[in-house]
Parts: sequence; structure tokens; C-alpha cells
Amino acid sequence: MLSLTLTGLKLKNPLMLAAGIMGTTGGSLKRIAESGAGAVVTKSIGVEPKGGHSNPSMVEVDCGYLNAMGLPNPSYKNFQGEIDIAKEAGVPVIASIFGGCSLDFSEIAGALRADAFELNVSCPHAHGYGAEIGKNPELVEDITRAVKKATNVPVWVKLTPNVTNIKDIGLAAQRGGADAVVAINTVRGMAIDIESGYPILGNKFGGLSGRAIKPVAIKCVYDLYEALDIPVIGVGGISEASDVIEFMMAGAQAVEIGSAVGNNINIFNDISSCMESFLEEKEWTLEDIHGMAHKV
Amino acid sequence: MRPVNAVITKVVDETPTIRTFYFDTSFELIPGQFVMVWIRGVDELPMALSYENAITVQKVGHATSALFELGECDSVGIRGPFGNGFDIKNGHILLVAGGVGAAPLAPLAEKASASGLKVTTLLGAKTKEELLFRERFEAAGEVRVATDDGSEGIHGYVTQLLDDAKNYSQLCCCGPEIMMKKVLDNVAPSKAQFSLHRYIKCGIGICGACCIDGLRVCKDGPVFQGDILKKSEFGVYRRNECGERVMV
Repeated sequence: MLSLTLTGLKLKNPLMLAAGIMGTTGGSLKRIAESGAGAVVTKSIGVEPKGGHSNPSMVEVDCGYLNAMGLPNPSYKNFQGEIDIAKEAGVPVIASIFGGCSLDFSEIAGALRADAFELNVSCPHAHGYGAEIGKNPELVEDITRAVKKATNVPVWVKLTPNVTNIKDIGLAAQRGGADAVVAINTVRGMAIDIESGYPILGNKFGGLSGRAIKPVAIKCVYDLYEALDIPVIGVGGISEASDVIEFMMAGAQAVEIGSAVGNNINIFNDISSCMESFLEEKEWTLEDIHGMAHKV
Repeated sequence: MRPVNAVITKVVDETPTIRTFYFDTSFELIPGQFVMVWIRGVDELPMALSYENAITVQKVGHATSALFELGECDSVGIRGPFGNGFDIKNGHILLVAGGVGAAPLAPLAEKASASGLKVTTLLGAKTKEELLFRERFEAAGEVRVATDDGSEGIHGYVTQLLDDAKNYSQLCCCGPEIMMKKVLDNVAPSKAQFSLHRYIKCGIGICGACCIDGLRVCKDGPVFQGDILKKSEFGVYRRNECGERVMV
């Protein structure tokens, strides 16, 4: 009832693990895959090993979570084994990758075996990477094209909301040959400790995730659905089945779930059973609700 | 939660390398739980609570060195307590502590003894001077000591005391991973719990940096039953801040 084909990948449900969550080890990806996710996305992987920013790197705030992990990763050269372990669970494993230029991206995509690649051109707090690239349509188009040349598997581009017009970036990804876009990465944010005046995050600022950003993400998905011909994958602030349905009505063909996994490791099973009951009760299919907000 | 401001009210030298920092803030504590201690401008580290209002820390790196620069009236930020803590069951409890690993076990000894359980502690350290919280364990029950240099108790590792330890119904262990692995290999895994140390980033079960296989040390742990660890990477490899495997 919840199964679908997304950019050629067969998924048992439209609920995927978002990049950066439980995604560094094959064991953790496998655990999430076995607890009901339709697919899992790895931690963003780069060319060289990277330790990330100093702690605190993630902190809960009143309306969500702020993080500035700083793209810690073991490099693609040490990561195939983790993907292979994750694959044992039998769901697609998507490798999130990042780089400073199109050569970095194509080097990684040419070497790693994954079911798809998600290009991180949207991390808001890593100097020279992520959103510093992803706010520039020409770079996004070039990188997407380079990765498409380097691999035969689907290529998704994850977009930053920290731009004036996300549609321009989505269109650039589409021109570069992207098979889908993913929206959104975290929203730039900051928290300051009033006892001392210190910014709380080791990196001083970071990205906001969780409940607070859902309406921002819904609007981005809504706009991208109108502007693009390729599928839109929604992410940002999902913790319940109703959030997923809202994203799909805005135009998402599938979604990714991140921060909410922390408090409910079984969230994928929970949401899929709630979604099934909802669709049954409404006598709707996934196709019916996909983009519904544009059709009523 | 955002970090809570905790003012240091007292600093006690426990051993030449280990200090206890007392705070003006108390936490409702299950022994074995940890807090994230933010040394502002430096780093944030996971630390076991050794009292409901204190942490006991060994100076090992740049962040703990920065913490050792702090004194009375200075403050740190604290998030937590996080994690599960030890599950105290009825019956004779055997504690196996190595070095600063005694920090989370001392409040456990006190809690278990206060609730009428028989407590025996095997306490190990490099030298006599490095034995941590010996008096607290002695107040809770029998203590047997091992030192690497033989300056107190038996000459050797605390794991050598295991052979004579009989008739306990549960074992709680904290110390260097190699020592804990030895304990795991020599006891009934289902009777034993181990408090693990891993590189922790978020502390709240989201990022996955501290995962041992699929288990989050910060949220599903830091205390795990031996039978779960038996078939895991425990004692074989850990991961560095990049997520690369590093042999233990």
C-alpha cells in the first residue's frame, strides 16, 4: 500500500532516513533499515577523513535542534564496508557525498557503490563546502552534471533553504541532470548561553532542524513541485505520519526523517502503520495525496 | 535541553591525576548515567556523575586539561544526565573498577548497599596512589585491590581477582576497554553489565557518532549487558572523531 518507485528505486514505503542521522556506521544504518525505513541515507562522505567541529556540536533548543557537526566522516576510502553492511538489511542505501568542487564529487561517486547518491550542497556550517556551493546555481549544475557522468545510479541533489529562491537552485540541479531534489537541509541558526555570552555550538552557529522548520520545508517543497519536472523528496521537521502526509500533499514523492529518530528509534514502523490507517480511512492512495495541495 | 550553568563549589584531588569537581547543581542520577560537560570556548565532553552533584575526571587531553585549570567559582555548562545507567537487580553485586572507571561505580556501590544488597568491589589502578574512591567502596562492602606495579594489593590486573570472586549474582564493570573485554570473556555475559566509553558528539541519540554496531552508546547505553556486547565490535575496535575504525 505504501510502496513506490522513486527515481527507479523500489521502496517499500516513502520514509527514508535523512543524511547525518545514525549514518556513520554500517551497523546503525542497518538497524534503522531493519526498523522499517524504506531506504537509508548515509552520513555525508568526503574525499579525506574529517573530524568535524569541536563540541558542543548538537544541542536541543526550545523549538528543535541546532547542530554544527562539521561534516565528520571517515572518507569514501574507508566507507564501502559500512555501505555493504547497511545493504544486508535489504533496502536501498543512498550515499550522501560532499566536496569542494565537481572533481571531489565525481571522484567519490566514481568510487563508491551505492544505490543512489545524494549530493550535499546544502550543509550550512562547513567552510568551502555545502551551502557555500549550493547557493550558486552554476556550481550546482556543474557538480550535478559531473556526478551524473561519473555514475549510472540515480543522483539526488539536497538543497539549502538559505537562499533567496530555492526554485533557481532546483532548476539548476534539474538542468545538470539530477534525478530528484531533496528539500530542505537545516536552516541557519544560533544559540547563545546567557550565563556567559558564549555561542553554544563549538562552531558558534549551525543549522536548525526539527519541528520549527517544517513550515519552511513545506513551502520549499510546494514551490519546487511547481517549478520542476523531477521528483521532490521532502525533509524537515517530520515526527509524525501527519507531517509526512502534509509533505506529500505539498508535492513530495517521498520524505526523509532525521532529528525525530533520536527520541523514537522505531519511528519508521510507527509512521508507516499510521499512514496506512490514514490512507485506508480516507480511501486514498499515495498517488492521490502526492501534490494534492496543488490540485484542490 | 540547553546547557545548564553549573558553578564549581569545590575541587578535590582524588589521586595525582584524578580530580572531583563539585557543582552548585544536583542531578537526579541513576548510577552509570553521564552528563555532557561544556568547558566554554574549549570543548564538551561526556563525564560520568560520581555524586549527584559532581564529576570525577582524569586529566588525559586538552579539554580535561582545560577543566583542570578551573577552580571554585568558575563554571561549566552541563547537559544531562543522559543514558540508561546500571540496572541494579537483587542479590550479591560484584563491582569491577579499573582506574577512573570507579567514578560511576562508587555511587552504585552506595545505592546498592543502602538498599540492603551485598556489595563486593574489585578495585584496580596503576599504582596505590591512583586507587580511586577506595573508602567509598569499603563503606559499602568488601574491597579487593590490584595494582599494576604491586604497590598495593595483588601485583597485576584487577581481572586476576575475578577467579576468586564467587557467588555473586550480578557484575557491574567500568574501566579501560581491554580490561572490560577480559572481564566479559571470563564471566557469564548475561550476568554482567559494562559501562562503555565512545567518542560522543550529540549525546542525545541523533547523530550516531558513538554507535557500537547499531547501538547508541549515548542513548541505548552507556551501560550494556554482556550478552549484547559478546557479539559486537566491543573490545575489537572503536571509532575516532572521523568515524574511522581504530583497533582497541
